[in-house]
Amino acid sequence: MNNILHYVPLSYYIILASILFTIGVLGVLIRRNAIIIFMCIELMLNAVNLLLTAFSAHHGEASGQIMVFFIMAVAAAEVAVGLAILVMIYNNIRTVDINELNKLKW
Amino acid sequence: MVVLSPKPVHSVLYLIFCFFTIGCHYLILNAQFLFAVHIIVYTGAIMVLFLFSLMFINMNKETEPHKNTIIKIAAGVLASLLLVVFLQVTQGSEILGIASSNDNYSTVANLGKVLYGKYLLPFEIISIMLLAAMVGAVMLGKKSID
Repeated sequence: MNNILHYVPLSYYIILASILFTIGVLGVLIRRNAIIIFMCIELMLNAVNLLLTAFSAHHGEASGQIMVFFIMAVAAAEVAVGLAILVMIYNNIRTVDINELNKLKW
Repeated sequence: MVVLSPKPVHSVLYLIFCFFTIGCHYLILNAQFLFAVHIIVYTGAIMVLFLFSLMFINMNKETEPHKNTIIKIAAGVLASLLLVVFLQVTQGSEILGIASSNDNYSTVANLGKVLYGKYLLPFEIISIMLLAAMVGAVMLGKKSID
C-alpha cells in the first residue's frame, strides 16, 4: 500500500475540505428548511473529518482517525436528537420553516 | 446540489452521493476501517434517519419559499469570503513534516490498540453520550404521557 500523499499534495485536500465546509456554511445561510440545515451541518462535519484523515495519513498517526471516529459518534447523536426535536416541532406547529420558529426571538 | 435542489428528498439523495465520494477519499487515504464506519454510520444510519423523518414530515408537496435575493447575495458573498480566508490561511502556512511512509498505522488492529489504550476514557464518555442521546431522542419522540 502506497501513501497517496506521495502523489497528491496535502494542500489539495485542504482546498477540498475548505470548499466542502464553505458549501455547508452557504447552505446553512440560504436555506430555510431546518432539515436541510441539518444536512449542511453534516456536510461541514464531513469536511473536517476528511481533513483529519488527510493529516493522519500525512503524519502516519492513528490519532487523527480516532478523532474522526469520535466526531462520527457525536454527529450521530446530534442528528438523532435534532431530528426528534424537529419532528416534535412539526407535530406542534406544522412547519419546519426556521422563519416561523421565532417564538424565542422577542 | 445539496444546497440548491428545491426538494428535500433530492437534497438527501445528493448528500448520500456526496458521502459516498467522501468515503472513497477515505479509502484512497489508507483508512479502510474509517471507510467502513463512514458508510455504515452516515449512509446507513444518518441518511436513513433523514429520509425517514422527511417522509414523516411529508414536506415534499410544498416547495419552500426562498429567502429574498439580497439575503442570498449576502450569504454568497460571506461564504466566498470565508473560502478566501481559509485558502489564504492554509496556503500561506507551510505544512510541517514530510509525508510519512509508515503504512501500518491504519490497520484495524493498530487503530483498536490506540482506541482502547490512549483514548479509552473518551471512548467511554462517548458511549455515555450516545446512551443519553438515544434516551433523549426516545423521550422527545414519543407522545406525552397521558
